[in-house]
Amino acid sequence: MKTEHSEASDILAPVRKMVQACIQCGTCTGSCPNAFAMDYTPRHLWRMVMMGLTDEIFNSLTFYLCSACYSCTLRCPRGLPLTEAMETLKQIAVKENRLVNKPSQLFYRNFMESVRRHGRVRETEFMTLYFMDMKHPFLPFRYMPLGLKLLRKGKLSFQLPSGGNTLDALFRKAVEAEEANP
Amino acid sequence: MKYLYYPGCSLEGTASEYDFSTRAFMSAVGAELVEVTDWTCCGASAAPAINFLLSLVLPARNLALAEKMNQDCDMLVPCSACYLNLKNAEEHAGKNAALLHKINTVLEEDHLVFGNKIRVKHLLEVLSKDIGAEKIRSLVKKTFEGMVIAPYYGCQALRPYIVFDDPEYPQSMEPLIEAIGAKVHRWDMGGKCCGASHTTTKPEVGIELVSAILKKAKGADAIVSVCPMCQMNLEAFQDRVSEYQHEDLHIPVLYLPQLLGLAIGLTDKELRLDSNLSDLNGFLRKSEAAHHGSIHS
Ligand code: SF4
Ligand code: SF4
Repeated sequence: MKTEHSEASDILAPVRKMVQACIQCGTCTGSCPNAFAMDYTPRHLWRMVMMGLTDEIFNSLTFYLCSACYSCTLRCPRGLPLTEAMETLKQIAVKENRLVNKPSQLFYRNFMESVRRHGRVRETEFMTLYFMDMKHPFLPFRYMPLGLKLLRKGKLSFQLPSGGNTLDALFRKAVEAEEANP
Repeated sequence: MKYLYYPGCSLEGTASEYDFSTRAFMSAVGAELVEVTDWTCCGASAAPAINFLLSLVLPARNLALAEKMNQDCDMLVPCSACYLNLKNAEEHAGKNAALLHKINTVLEEDHLVFGNKIRVKHLLEVLSKDIGAEKIRSLVKKTFEGMVIAPYYGCQALRPYIVFDDPEYPQSMEPLIEAIGAKVHRWDMGGKCCGASHTTTKPEVGIELVSAILKKAKGADAIVSVCPMCQMNLEAFQDRVSEYQHEDLHIPVLYLPQLLGLAIGLTDKELRLDSNLSDLNGFLRKSEAAHHGSIHS
């Protein structure tokens, strides 16, 4: 096993630390409800992390398809924090600007933008931001039946959240602190 | 019984019936809920996908606010995603003093201090452990004799923090369902993933997961859930899933406090049954009949 990693693959270091005791048993893959849709299975992905295949990893959709169900984390015979490893890959992708899966990333980003602005999420505002960012003129129509249903039930609120507490300063400080000393 | 109450964003928006029914049920069983003043978003699944520290600071902010109010109460959380994030802050802070310090450095910005003094509890833990099936049985006014209920737990109330139930074979809802006279639907999907935000970002994947759950729910009169995200996924896409599977997979989905609330005599209005996206009419008619049948037999 190669122990030295080129500079480019160093961004994987925190994830490598989490999965280095993997014995490639495949329990995580067998437990994962989303494995059927992934381009690399979770077991395969951990192997790629150990091999430092940075580009292949960040070009894959595997970690975006993790829905944080924690089945793999619960069952891994080595007790590895696998869901956290998937999340860490999402965080690295944001930090390194390796944005492959637009829908998920825009979803997360717009959600957080709504939180930063108002302290609370108003689903209507956040979905509008998401649709605008996706720049896909027909996308909202896919959600029309749901939108109409929610509207009929009085569940679409066009008002801003009641808290009205901006978290701008907190966001800035958290990002600074994380960067200063990750 | 008194709890600090953290509703979270969904319960203020699309899941308002979960908020109403939780408050109504808790008050009917004599528990007091005190809402955390000026609470803000816990970060949901978005913060952990963007920034680790932020994903702990957001829940810690709310725990710090709660500590300022009362340190002798537990915090009651109905949403499983909020529960997980708040629990994450609790667990990380308990294990890692340096991280706790770092969280507090950020919270200084809001003049808040997180001392990790409050225990976070999921609504299901409170219903099944603190209140318990016996107490609920003693309050039942309307039994659900002959009706079959499928308990759906989802993921994050069960995993990764193993607090009140078996994360592989969850059972905590069963005594509650039996306490109101109903039968438990036997299935193995109670702790399987609903796909979370996949239904929005990766609909072709989300639909598969929802299909698998709805298919195995067949035979039950209703599904009960304990999370706004699960509830939305299970009830909002039933038309699409039925069309896609060429099979009628429509089924009523209720929040657990809505079902238990009906049994102890709360009204449709108090439980906001008209806000559910799935069609509850057939279910309500059948439960009326079940109730009258059980009185006369
Ligand atoms: S379950 Fe754990 S040890 Fe097995 S392949 Fe997955 S990560 Fe490796
Ligand atoms: S936590 Fe993510 S990777 Fe693990 S089993 Fe669940 S969806 Fe798959």
